[in-house]
Amino acid sequence: MLMSLAWSSLGSRRKSVLLTFLSLLISISVLLSVEHIRQQAKESFNRTISGVDIIVGAPSGQLNLLLYSVFRMGSPTNTIDFASYQALNNSTQVKWAIPMSLGDSHRGFRVMGTNENYFTHFNYGNQQALRFKQGKAFTGMFEAVIGADVAKKLNYAVGDNIVLAHGIGATSFKQHHESPFVISGILEPTGTPVDKTVHVSLAGIEAIHLPPSQLQQILADPASVSVEPKSITAVMLGLESKLAIFQLQRQINNYKQDRLLGILPGVALTELWQIMGTIENLLRVISALVLISSLFGLSTMLLASMNQRKAEIAVLRIVGAGPGTIFSLVLLEALILVILTTVVAIGFVSAVLYLISDWLASQYGLFLSANLMSMNTIIIAGIIIGAAGITALIPSLEAYRSALHSRLSH
Amino acid sequence: MSDTKTLTDNHSNPFTVRVTQVRHCYDKADKKTGLYIPEWTLKSGQNVFLHGESGSGKTTFLNLLAGVLTPNQGAIELLGQPFSVKSARWRDKFRAHHIGVVFQQFNLIPYLSVLKNIQLAAHFAKSPIANVEEKAQKMLLQLKLPASTLHKAARHLSVGQQQRVAIARALINDPELLLVDEPTSALDASARNAFMEVLTELCQANHTSMIFVSHDMYLQRFFETSADMSALGQTWEPEQC
Repeated sequence: MLMSLAWSSLGSRRKSVLLTFLSLLISISVLLSVEHIRQQAKESFNRTISGVDIIVGAPSGQLNLLLYSVFRMGSPTNTIDFASYQALNNSTQVKWAIPMSLGDSHRGFRVMGTNENYFTHFNYGNQQALRFKQGKAFTGMFEAVIGADVAKKLNYAVGDNIVLAHGIGATSFKQHHESPFVISGILEPTGTPVDKTVHVSLAGIEAIHLPPSQLQQILADPASVSVEPKSITAVMLGLESKLAIFQLQRQINNYKQDRLLGILPGVALTELWQIMGTIENLLRVISALVLISSLFGLSTMLLASMNQRKAEIAVLRIVGAGPGTIFSLVLLEALILVILTTVVAIGFVSAVLYLISDWLASQYGLFLSANLMSMNTIIIAGIIIGAAGITALIPSLEAYRSALHSRLSH
Repeated sequence: MSDTKTLTDNHSNPFTVRVTQVRHCYDKADKKTGLYIPEWTLKSGQNVFLHGESGSGKTTFLNLLAGVLTPNQGAIELLGQPFSVKSARWRDKFRAHHIGVVFQQFNLIPYLSVLKNIQLAAHFAKSPIANVEEKAQKMLLQLKLPASTLHKAARHLSVGQQQRVAIARALINDPELLLVDEPTSALDASARNAFMEVLTELCQANHTSMIFVSHDMYLQRFFETSADMSALGQTWEPEQC
């Protein structure tokens, strides 16, 4: 009965309740979004790479190297010699080496030149290997393996021809029309930037950037010309022993024949989170303040209604409701409104994330789940409801006081 | 807390209300005023018209009988229970079970339906009535209100209709005592007479004692017994308040 009464009471003040609901919806949605994006971004970044001990690239700062090589964010500022890759690959300490050549794109999706090691050794998430949904790894110079999102978005199948473009923008002035690639395989979805990448061989990348005469010759007879890249963008290394990581990193950073930078992905990620931590905390504080302000708005709305509700309180008192019941009624109204808003906010944020997840992934490399239901969300919802209960004590106590002084004549 | 309904199931008590040496201090127009009632009783099933000038303490007396105020001295017994010395919580429950109240106006919660308003009284009294809706419908018919009224929001009723619904709400739990405070002041003459007839009929049918407060002496004709508040008690400006 009390619940039905509280619900009807809220319904009787539709306009002010609706405005309070909207104010709460915005603030709770902001708070939930900040927390969810923060958590998901961390998870998304952490699951992008697994089992890589060292990433080697041109010296440009460890964050820059990590972002462009792993997350396809930003651009490499320099390259390293292919000979350096070969030297690393031949090192006894190195178990496997994956070369990477970045800089081209296909209809907004980044192209990565690599070799078969990528499909054998690259892991994501919890040591999960890449798997093919259709087809197989490239074997020919002009074959490509595409990520799941590329296939889905552009509706590609194995055997389709694609043309690469110079540069990484969605629009390019230089298209490599003369040397199309044939899709040899489509990877299973991974929820990482791999899904949005077109993978081709290093030789293929090198070939399309050769002078037209040489390219024509290769196209006519691929075996006639030896195509070996002079430089690449980065190398991912897996070591024989984890104990050798720091020793090899030092050797790489002191390498005389080329200017190299070796970074440890875990350490670089930690640096990234440290930088992000300040911004995260700032966002959390701002969203918490917005929520507190909305909760005070809720209390103000209930408090402002108290004067009109004196007659209602007198009626309730006279039918036997004690001051404690009146107190509970006002508190219940606040809690109903906040719980309802929290549920709607979870649905709203989930829907928005579902709608913009592709755009976030393609623009910012963020792979966010639209499913907000997690222990973290439950804890936040609990905190919001608790905070609502505390702020609603003010109007509830006022209602209690009003009930105590309620008389037959009003 | 004891079950107040069980406590008062003894019908042998001849008095519904017994007031003894009650003194109560209250604020009136920013100054302390005292109400003193040496002795007063209301027999079971008796209806009394309580009149008096404004400020004579009529409503304060009703508040004391309803248990929303407690006297500074003296005792109020309702249905043989020492009502005035019990806790506020006990008095709230007792009121829900045994006392029906009709105000001058604003008797109903406007956004609730008539049925919900009546159900509220049954809910707080933890009424054993099997079908509140059926009983409410019967009462509305007795009060000359169409059955369709039951599902209308209270705010959509006229003042006269609201007052009749208030009677139904007040009587739904078959209370032994009905306190009525100037319920006809907002009604025209014909509506007032119809209201009074229905009210007295229902009280007689249910064997409910009623204290009807008004300063409109015309209404005295509907009652066999009347009491003048100034004769019943006295107000003064006590220093001890």
